[in-house]
Amino acid sequence: MPPATGGGLAESELRPRRGRCGPQASRAAGRDVAARAAARNPKGLAWGSRRFETASRWALLALVTLLSFATRFHRLDEPPHICWDETHFGKMGSYYINRTFFFDVHPPLGKMLIGLAGYLSGYDGTFLFQKPGDKYEHHSYMGMRGLCAFLGSWLVPFAYLTVLDLSKSLSAALLTAALLTFDTGCLTLSQYILLDPILMFFIMAAMLSMVKYNSCVDRPFSALWWFWLSLTGVSLAGALGVKFVGLFIILQVGLNTIADLWYLFGDLSLSLVTVGKHVTARVLCLIVLPLALYTATFAVHFMVLSKSGPGDGFFSSAFQARLSGNNLHNASIPEHLAYGSEITVKNLQMAIGYLHSHRHLYPEGIGARQQQVTTYLHKDYNNLWIIKKHNTNSDPLDPSFPVEFVRHGDIIRLEHKETSRNLHSHYHEAPLTRKHYQVTGYGINGTGDSNDFWRIEVVNRKFGNRIKVLRSRIRLIHLVTGCVLGSSGKVLPRWGWEQLEVTCTPYLKETLNSLWNVEDHINPKLPNISLNVLQPSFPEILLESHMVMIWGNNGLKPKDNEFTSKPWHWPINYQGLRFSGVNDTDFRVYLLGNPVVWWLNLLSIVLYLLSGSIIAVAMQRGTRVPAEVAGLSQVLLRGGGQVLLGWMLHYFPFFLMGRVLYFHHYFPAMLFSSMLTGILWDTLLRLCAWGLASWPLARGIHMVGILSLLLGTAYSFYLFHPLAYGMVGPLAQDPQSPMAGLRWLDSWEF
Amino acid sequence: MWGFLKRPVVVTANINLHLVALTGMGLLSRLWQLTYPRAVVFDEVYYGQYISFYMKRIFFLDDSGPPFGHMVLALGGYLGGFDGNFLWNRIGAEYSSNVPVWSLRLLPALAGALSVPMAYQIVLELHFSHCAAVGAALLMLIENALITQSRLMLLEAVLIFFNLLAVLSYLKFFNCQKQSPFSLSWWFWLTLTGVACSCAVGVKYMGVFTYMLMLVVAAVHAWHLIGDQTLSNVRVFCHLLARAVALLVIPAVLYLLFFYIHLTVLFRSGPHDQIMSSAFQASLEGGLARITQGQPLEVAFGSQVTLRSVFGKPVPCWLHSHQNTYPMIYENGRGSSHQQQVTCYPFKDVNNWWIVKDPRRHQLVVSSPPRPVRHGDMVQLVHGMTARSLNTHDVAAPMSPHSQEVSCYIDYNISMPAQNLWRLEIVNRRSDTEVWKTILSEVRFVHVNTSAVLKLSGAHLPDWGFRQLEIVGEKLSRGYHDSTVWNVEEHRYGTSQEQREREWELNSPVQVDASRNLSFMARFSELQWRMLVLRSDDSEHKYSSSPLEWVTLDTNIAYWLHPRTSAQIHLLGNIVIWVSGSLALAIYMLLFLWYLLRRRRNVHDLPQDAWLCWVLAGSLCGGGWAVNYLPFFLMEKTLFLYHYLPALTFQILLLPVVLQHISDHLCRSQLQRSVFSALVVAWYSSACHVSNTLRPLTYGDKSLSPEELKALRWKDSWDILIRKH
Repeated sequence: MPPATGGGLAESELRPRRGRCGPQASRAAGRDVAARAAARNPKGLAWGSRRFETASRWALLALVTLLSFATRFHRLDEPPHICWDETHFGKMGSYYINRTFFFDVHPPLGKMLIGLAGYLSGYDGTFLFQKPGDKYEHHSYMGMRGLCAFLGSWLVPFAYLTVLDLSKSLSAALLTAALLTFDTGCLTLSQYILLDPILMFFIMAAMLSMVKYNSCVDRPFSALWWFWLSLTGVSLAGALGVKFVGLFIILQVGLNTIADLWYLFGDLSLSLVTVGKHVTARVLCLIVLPLALYTATFAVHFMVLSKSGPGDGFFSSAFQARLSGNNLHNASIPEHLAYGSEITVKNLQMAIGYLHSHRHLYPEGIGARQQQVTTYLHKDYNNLWIIKKHNTNSDPLDPSFPVEFVRHGDIIRLEHKETSRNLHSHYHEAPLTRKHYQVTGYGINGTGDSNDFWRIEVVNRKFGNRIKVLRSRIRLIHLVTGCVLGSSGKVLPRWGWEQLEVTCTPYLKETLNSLWNVEDHINPKLPNISLNVLQPSFPEILLESHMVMIWGNNGLKPKDNEFTSKPWHWPINYQGLRFSGVNDTDFRVYLLGNPVVWWLNLLSIVLYLLSGSIIAVAMQRGTRVPAEVAGLSQVLLRGGGQVLLGWMLHYFPFFLMGRVLYFHHYFPAMLFSSMLTGILWDTLLRLCAWGLASWPLARGIHMVGILSLLLGTAYSFYLFHPLAYGMVGPLAQDPQSPMAGLRWLDSWEF
Repeated sequence: MWGFLKRPVVVTANINLHLVALTGMGLLSRLWQLTYPRAVVFDEVYYGQYISFYMKRIFFLDDSGPPFGHMVLALGGYLGGFDGNFLWNRIGAEYSSNVPVWSLRLLPALAGALSVPMAYQIVLELHFSHCAAVGAALLMLIENALITQSRLMLLEAVLIFFNLLAVLSYLKFFNCQKQSPFSLSWWFWLTLTGVACSCAVGVKYMGVFTYMLMLVVAAVHAWHLIGDQTLSNVRVFCHLLARAVALLVIPAVLYLLFFYIHLTVLFRSGPHDQIMSSAFQASLEGGLARITQGQPLEVAFGSQVTLRSVFGKPVPCWLHSHQNTYPMIYENGRGSSHQQQVTCYPFKDVNNWWIVKDPRRHQLVVSSPPRPVRHGDMVQLVHGMTARSLNTHDVAAPMSPHSQEVSCYIDYNISMPAQNLWRLEIVNRRSDTEVWKTILSEVRFVHVNTSAVLKLSGAHLPDWGFRQLEIVGEKLSRGYHDSTVWNVEEHRYGTSQEQREREWELNSPVQVDASRNLSFMARFSELQWRMLVLRSDDSEHKYSSSPLEWVTLDTNIAYWLHPRTSAQIHLLGNIVIWVSGSLALAIYMLLFLWYLLRRRRNVHDLPQDAWLCWVLAGSLCGGGWAVNYLPFFLMEKTLFLYHYLPALTFQILLLPVVLQHISDHLCRSQLQRSVFSALVVAWYSSACHVSNTLRPLTYGDKSLSPEELKALRWKDSWDILIRKH
């Protein structure tokens, strides 16, 4: 990593925020600093002491990094079995190695990195990752865990450098680094095959590079400036590419950039052309670059995963045609629908499946006692339907008839191939959605009544157009009642074989639930065309996979009667997550923040809000303060404000989310909260020392305060480290246990 | 003192005839033929039932909003002498003669009518011209959707009234601030802001958005005040304190007051009792209170109790057991213990009775003196009718295989030992030796052998379990959840030693005595909590719409259709106003951005005070639109067009502001100005024309022919009802 200092600039007090003509300003600032340093060292040892200081800074950074790596890599191989979500992400890593297509609610970058790490470290992708607790045995898993621990270790130096840059105070940076190094939660989360260490790595990298380019502001368009700006963009792409939570850091960088541009725009000494250059540079590095990289990860994702796998069913028919091994791959079928064609009809809504019927009747008391019509997610003979004309029952496949294509607006009949019953609807209420009409199979050998007639319509087409396989979005409108064929997506009870309900909805709303497409198409009288022509373009695939991901995320709803983690639990460290083991004989790992660190963080947020608003009001009232206090208040308001914003952006949105939440979602916010703690206590202690300056021991207050905080955190880590490194033996109630007396809250389960 | 004898008494009144005329026209448009149609129109069917409950003093719970709105409607019924006897079951049902339709619809109509002059006042207080102010009021006057919504027993008009009142009084207060702080009118308008805000919140939760906006605006102004260094510290503090009291304390107190009145007025038990806790139900007259009066308070060994699940989802139910056993083998092939079923049953039944037994003694009666059960005591729960005790063991539960099965232990099955000891945990205890109290104590039962917790899983058992709810032993109790918490509802001291006698005793009703009361705050917090968490099924509705369709008026709601003719009432806006409102908003944003950027580069297009007016008007009107509209994109409930009306009123206020700004600052010559005025007049007359054309659908007073109706269907998405003959 590059050094913490940008020349002599990161020295001592805050520089003026906006200089403009690069080199001059920097020189001026440098001189200023030197002068001040000289003023502090009246004996004139400025030069020597500065060299010493630079060296010690480097040494400190190295120490922090080393300690972080040491704690993260210590006992990384234990336990040698699957812990918690390793079962998902390890499995997905294997999918990349095996190149099978799968579906997940997160973007692919994190899992690709895991897969890559596994591949490079000699893991062959054969381990099944079935359930937590399964032994790895001979499979090589250290590569994947190693990557996560490696990335997770960088969090500490990143936070250290960020705080150093924001506060210009070594002690604040050290305090932050200590909080993060000695937090059992961060440690645990970095030691397993999970997305979180990767996500947090990118978040912190983005934060650090943003802070760095902010401090390069007096030398715009210098190489260093470009470097940090583009690095910010790269990290943003990384964060978003791992999880959608990355959006929050994008928001933060975005707000920061807007504020930044606003200042530049208000600087009347800058010409509009210069401002334009600034805007363009940011658009390039913070929008175009990340988007390109993000898209590229998806391109790689789709290229690598070329084989059919467990994720196929979530995607549309056209999408599946890309995957080798899928029955749509390299298939060739007739392009336009004609009367007499045998077809399968797939709902356009995700995870609804194919229109299906079978020889079972609706049970007594549920609508008319006719044959059930459902949707079914898997391929089956009972998904086949024959398109017939509504008024004749003659076999259109008879070679003596000419081929007649089905057109938009035609009135048709759909006959179920296996049972020869027609798709039928009538004014009976549907089994689950009471406001819709029931759909049944009716008639004998294709002879039914006028309730079997449907008008076929293609969305956004004109009257008389032919209907294309896979591509046309079809609506089926019941002629008599005027309702639209759809699936409610509700699961039928056991009498319906737990397939999904099909209804005819009287509400003519444009939803995907009532749109269908034709997937398989068999008609011996028509020429087959290769499906490859229909293959979707890359933007279409990209869009579709995002729709599926968003749908998947929304689908992760908690049920009633289930214990779920609530966002307000998190900052108070209310309850952790079991990574491994339950009973006293197991090897137990429990994800829980170090309570000393977390509660200190919580206290700091309250204190920060208090002191911050007191200072802000005082400034608004125009109170005159000495320069030193003014400088410290600036650090508190500016630096602390940045970090507080980060905490809020990474925490509050969870209150609005409907999906299932887990404790580990708080960790990005926790990083920011720790940085705030570092800045706050350092500033407060300095202010204290200044306020008590008349008192002889005042100078020591700052030193003693910081040291006691550092030692306190380290000691608490000593107490709680078994949570992360694993514990065997009796549970905490037992005085023999390593955690005896440490179960401070009843809700902790160790 | 006797001055009036010396000098004549003179009253000089300044009457703004514009204001009077606007009020008059507002009243005319809203009150004209108010009792027509004399039938239930749309959501009147929904609010009407609550009015009836108020008239009959029956407790109800409605999750759609706080009670103030319902109370306003009920006030109309009270003034009209409504006795509450009407069956609100169908839209279009004719009102019977005992329903005072006029007075029921009067208050919303008045609120709607008064919104017209208030719009005038607001624009004036924003320091825009008299002409613009009249324009705003006239637009409010002819907006069809607002007319329709105000003329019926619905809450939007009332909400809009209080929203506007809050804005108006804040503006008055703000203008007083410059001239005479701490004067009488300053206090009056400040307090009225707080009152109006809390009334708006009290009518519908949506009012919170306007309240937040007012708070933010007030906070920004207060921040400027802090920065004003001509004021002394004490004075600034007084200013802040006054605002805090008026805008935070008063609304909170008023909000509580609404609930206080609500709970005082509704003291009888009713259809929604079941949702509330036993303690709450016991505080209502009739219902549970009739049964639980006179129960002994402290549960003792030997007590006979019914245990109700505190969680109450999916339905409120009681711990239950019956003779039937779990099937030997389930449908999926898993085995069971084949012991007696334990379920949760949503109806009162003699099989819900359990006896609390001391494991160290054999007797099932209460000794004298009774030995109360305390937190941490070991108990057995013996099922009253079968005399078998509650048991759980390491067998997978029928529907939730990760939890333990709970059964009543049958002693002939010797392959499994009885594990029927439970430790009582009182969740809401104050001390560790607290006694288990009827109704008041919320308890958990922790199994002694396996430390599983007795839990309602929420799953329904299949036919063999009579579709009752499943009870399980949750082994890994992940923290506290309401589904593991129970309370004693019915309770009496058992006296009969023999099983036969006991069955007879259980079947007999409990005796009667004094009642227990909950404090108001306890009742309030419970009611408020239930209102917020109660989730009605998001039912699809024929006329539901999405927020995107509102701006362009792509949707309407058919409110009522005459039973014979084709006269009908629709919620349908004046499309000219809707479109130009949105346009005005867009123009405002663009202009604002343009000015802002130019000011940043030190180019001042507007003089300072014009700029401040422009910003204030935008932040109140544009902000009002944004806070009342954008949150709907995040909501998951069923949405209707009428949810947009509060936002629309703010848009209407912004319209003349933008027009005047264009005429004053963007038209450079007198000629341009005249042309622009002419255009505005033409535009307004077209709005009038549209309003007049849609009038039959707004008032529903004229039956149109199918052709005329078809001609009114200007958008394909509008659903206008045409009778087929």
